[in-house]
Amino acid sequence: MNLILQGGRLFDPASGRDETGDLVIQEDKIRDLGPGIAAAGPGVLDCRGLIVCPGFIDLHVHLREPGQEYKETIESGTRAAAAGGFTAVCAMPNTHPVNDGAGATAYLIQRAKEIGAARVYPVGAITQGSRGEALAAIGAMRRAGAVALSDDGRPVMNGQILRRAMEYAARFGLPIVEHAEDLNLSAGGVMHEGAAALRLGLRGISAESEAAMVARDILLAERCGARLHIAHLSTAASVRLVAAAKARGVPVTAEVTPHHLTLTDEDIRDYDANFKMNPPLRAAADREAVIAALADGTIDAVATDHAPHAQHEKAQEFSRAPFGVIGLETALPLVLRLVAAGRLTLRRALDALTARPAQVFNLPGGRLEPGAVADVTVFAPQETWVCDPARGFSKSRNTPFAGQTLAGRVRHTIVAGRVVYSAG
Amino acid sequence: MGESQSRHLLGIAGLERPAIQALLDRAAAMQRRPPEKLLAGRRVLVLFYEPSTRTRTSFEVAARRLGAETVSVTASASSIEKGESLLDTVYTLRAMAVDAIIMRHGESGAPFLVARHVDVPVINAGDGMHEHPTQALLDAFTILRHKGRIAGLNVAIVGDILHSRVARSNLWLLSRFGARVRLCGPPSLLPAEFAALGAGIECHHQLEPALDGADVVMVLRIQMERMREAFFPSEAEYVHYYSVTAERLRLARPDAIVMHPGPMIRGVEIGAEVADSPQSVIREQVENGVLIRMAVLEQLLAPAEAAEKSA
Repeated sequence: MNLILQGGRLFDPASGRDETGDLVIQEDKIRDLGPGIAAAGPGVLDCRGLIVCPGFIDLHVHLREPGQEYKETIESGTRAAAAGGFTAVCAMPNTHPVNDGAGATAYLIQRAKEIGAARVYPVGAITQGSRGEALAAIGAMRRAGAVALSDDGRPVMNGQILRRAMEYAARFGLPIVEHAEDLNLSAGGVMHEGAAALRLGLRGISAESEAAMVARDILLAERCGARLHIAHLSTAASVRLVAAAKARGVPVTAEVTPHHLTLTDEDIRDYDANFKMNPPLRAAADREAVIAALADGTIDAVATDHAPHAQHEKAQEFSRAPFGVIGLETALPLVLRLVAAGRLTLRRALDALTARPAQVFNLPGGRLEPGAVADVTVFAPQETWVCDPARGFSKSRNTPFAGQTLAGRVRHTIVAGRVVYSAG
Repeated sequence: MGESQSRHLLGIAGLERPAIQALLDRAAAMQRRPPEKLLAGRRVLVLFYEPSTRTRTSFEVAARRLGAETVSVTASASSIEKGESLLDTVYTLRAMAVDAIIMRHGESGAPFLVARHVDVPVINAGDGMHEHPTQALLDAFTILRHKGRIAGLNVAIVGDILHSRVARSNLWLLSRFGARVRLCGPPSLLPAEFAALGAGIECHHQLEPALDGADVVMVLRIQMERMREAFFPSEAEYVHYYSVTAERLRLARPDAIVMHPGPMIRGVEIGAEVADSPQSVIREQVENGVLIRMAVLEQLLAPAEAAEKSA
């Protein structure tokens, strides 16, 4: 089966291609692309005025299945991903039970294939049950299809165990993804430590609780020759550490979330727990630092940390409500907002959603070129819409952007040559 | 916050100066002439998730003096452990035809959550480490009784500032009315960012300069129940450096008044001789609390009638 994307702005951040033209998909691969190569006919999507780019790849989502299907399922999560332009998502292992073995890893991949929305790449646990004590079945998960390892939701507090995991994982080339948080420094905290937390009377999570862990992890990765990836990097201090590590050749990469690029601790209003996540919204200077680091490539990728929670869980006292916000369906317009503000080039913005994350976890996709997998996203960069989480594909509604007018709307999402989402 | 603030009393931070002044004026009028029972036939829920003697009693007395019926619910820790959410508890109690909810809760912001979900006024009687607005109002009222003004006064607030909702409400009110607020405590209980919370706020880590020439000395308790970590080595060491003793009080102005929101631990944050000295207005604070809470209840529950009566 063929599909022709006609007359769009073909934008491939990896190669620098930016031209109006057609893209021809044959079966599950891109056959050809360029100006004036395809005629009209059946199987044609009119893409005039739209940007045609590689499908977005999210290195960090929580699909909640198995165990918390009331928050999200593999089906609802991958449909939300497709609606947000993501053709592939990396599923964190902190489900119930934790994905720490080949069975759960294989199930995720199989289930996602049955559903046929976005691809799912499982991230396996570093330690059994993510308890931070004994190594999980790293080799078995790798064979079953895991693309990285993480105890996300919590850090590996015991440095010696993380070191052993790094040494072992290096043999398989698997990146270690660290939720960088020194739990002793952050204990009891529910938002960024600073004037806003003092004003609200909420316990703080200091910037140092993240940066101290980033520093430790970089030192260990440097020693072990392991691939280290810092999840949801949020502070200026962490940016400095990662920049210095990269400068001396340590194989470290990092991601930042759309909400940390957009909001600060001062945006928390009326104790709305839809503004509560971990790491927390940081100070304005931290936000400036992560934007600059994304622009200059110190931070490699934008990842959503899509973390669905039910309404009754978020409608609690701020301190008691769970951490996390959804993000798959709002990521593109929030990143484009930085482009509109002149903080990010369109090329770098889309690179951070496509080619770079593909490289970071060594995934297929992320490029528009003949022979590449036909994972393609088509979006209208200027089209505005009002964020209404009740109309989203996610089962959950915990977003701090509800009611905001967003610019940039996904029109078509194509996975392996099949249109898995089209805007209604 | 705008919308919610006028219908509720959630904190001082969201109150404009004229609104605060109106409450202080109304309390003063009530002191001269006892108010009428404008709230006859109304029912007020007093919902306390934390133990309290004086604030709960003070609200109950205030409501009854205005003719309202009070329903007191003290939620023990066990009812939380049973797993019912705050909102479910409040919905249940709201269904029993209450006209206002006065609530104290251990978590900062809990009254904001309730206010977003109920259709009756919510009065914050203390939420976690956040605010205790009626305490700040009664403290301002007490200061005015003795000093006749707030602008230009040097007010020292000494103790566990970090965990104190009383300190926060007071610093917003006092700074908004032009006082110089000197916060004082060990550095671990007084982050420097406090100075950014309002105009004219200073942070002192030594007691003596904080007391020097002070017009008002407000002493706060050390809230051991909110401390999971070591903020200072021992109670004895705290007493050594920060207890407001008679000798140290001599650094303040001779006519300085001493205040304490209670509960007070003599011999720890405050010397017994200071608590009982003529400079102490601690018991008067309690009396003034009833007046302020009457003014608040009247303003939120019967504003039209109150305006008519005072006209």
